[in-house]
Amino acid sequence: MSPAFATAAAAAAPTHGFLSPTGVEVAFLLVGLATFGAALVTVTTRQLVHAALWLVATLGGLAVEYLLLTAEFIAWMQVLIYVGSVVVLLLFGLMLTKAPIGRSPDADSGNRLAALTVAVAAAAALVWVVVDAFRTTWIDLDGAASGSTKVTGASLFQNWVLPFEALSVLLLAALVGAIVLSRKAKADAANTGASAQAAPGSRSEKEGVR
Amino acid sequence: MHLAYPAVLSALLFCTGLYGVLARRNAILVLMSVELMLNAVNLNLVAFDVWLSRTARETLHSGQALTLFTIAIAAAEIGIGLAIILAVYRNRGTSDIDRLRDTAEGHDGDTPAAEKAEATA
Repeated sequence: MSPAFATAAAAAAPTHGFLSPTGVEVAFLLVGLATFGAALVTVTTRQLVHAALWLVATLGGLAVEYLLLTAEFIAWMQVLIYVGSVVVLLLFGLMLTKAPIGRSPDADSGNRLAALTVAVAAAAALVWVVVDAFRTTWIDLDGAASGSTKVTGASLFQNWVLPFEALSVLLLAALVGAIVLSRKAKADAANTGASAQAAPGSRSEKEGVR
Repeated sequence: MHLAYPAVLSALLFCTGLYGVLARRNAILVLMSVELMLNAVNLNLVAFDVWLSRTARETLHSGQALTLFTIAIAAAEIGIGLAIILAVYRNRGTSDIDRLRDTAEGHDGDTPAAEKAEATA
């Protein structure tokens, strides 16, 4: 019993170690570094459109991480929904609010130091706790993919049907809510006349009316 | 793969998003940072789901189902958030959240005076 255990441990030891990382771990580490760098540029750049484009890099890197974790369906959903639609919506929002092209000096507010302190403290605490908790835990990535479309679809429509349908109702509510919000703004603009169309100047005029 | 890799990356991304939410001034940039935080949570959910489905033979795949739900809810949140920001921009002419202080406490005396000065200028 004990020689078998010893050989099993000896066989398992080289595959589970920090000093001999597997190819998947190296790839995960490199893509993770790129993703984290892109996220840092996203929250620190002064050019608003560049922030949206670096967000594309971050979300695409996360999709690659999902692929490395064998969650294929989530990865393609990430590419389709986040990179495809959410970033386009954000870019539309930036254009519609007349975001300045080029550097804008007031992209960051005055409490950057406090924000940096809070973020660094939270990062240190979280990383310490997580590394301490999962020091001896390994994910076994061999075998069949645990997140293929077949597996995910089967579990979604066997065990998660009711939340799935509730989610469709939520999406419908969000759609109707967005339409109502923009229609109401249009009605207000029509009531107050053409002065609301000149958006940057209309603030002072409205304040004066008030 | 060591479980600490995705967990640490997720924690770092979450704190990056936290910094963005606290330090950014444009409301759309704050929404981007919220997206970063949601994606960090998604990475955690996927990593722990893969781990549990292998070690504990968990077949419910709750992590991946919750990730799909989070992605859908984030899409709805972005739509509603952008509609609100556009409505605020049409009314006020700015999407700068430092200047939207109508419901702030403690500045009752000076805020109307400052806005009147802005309106007359």
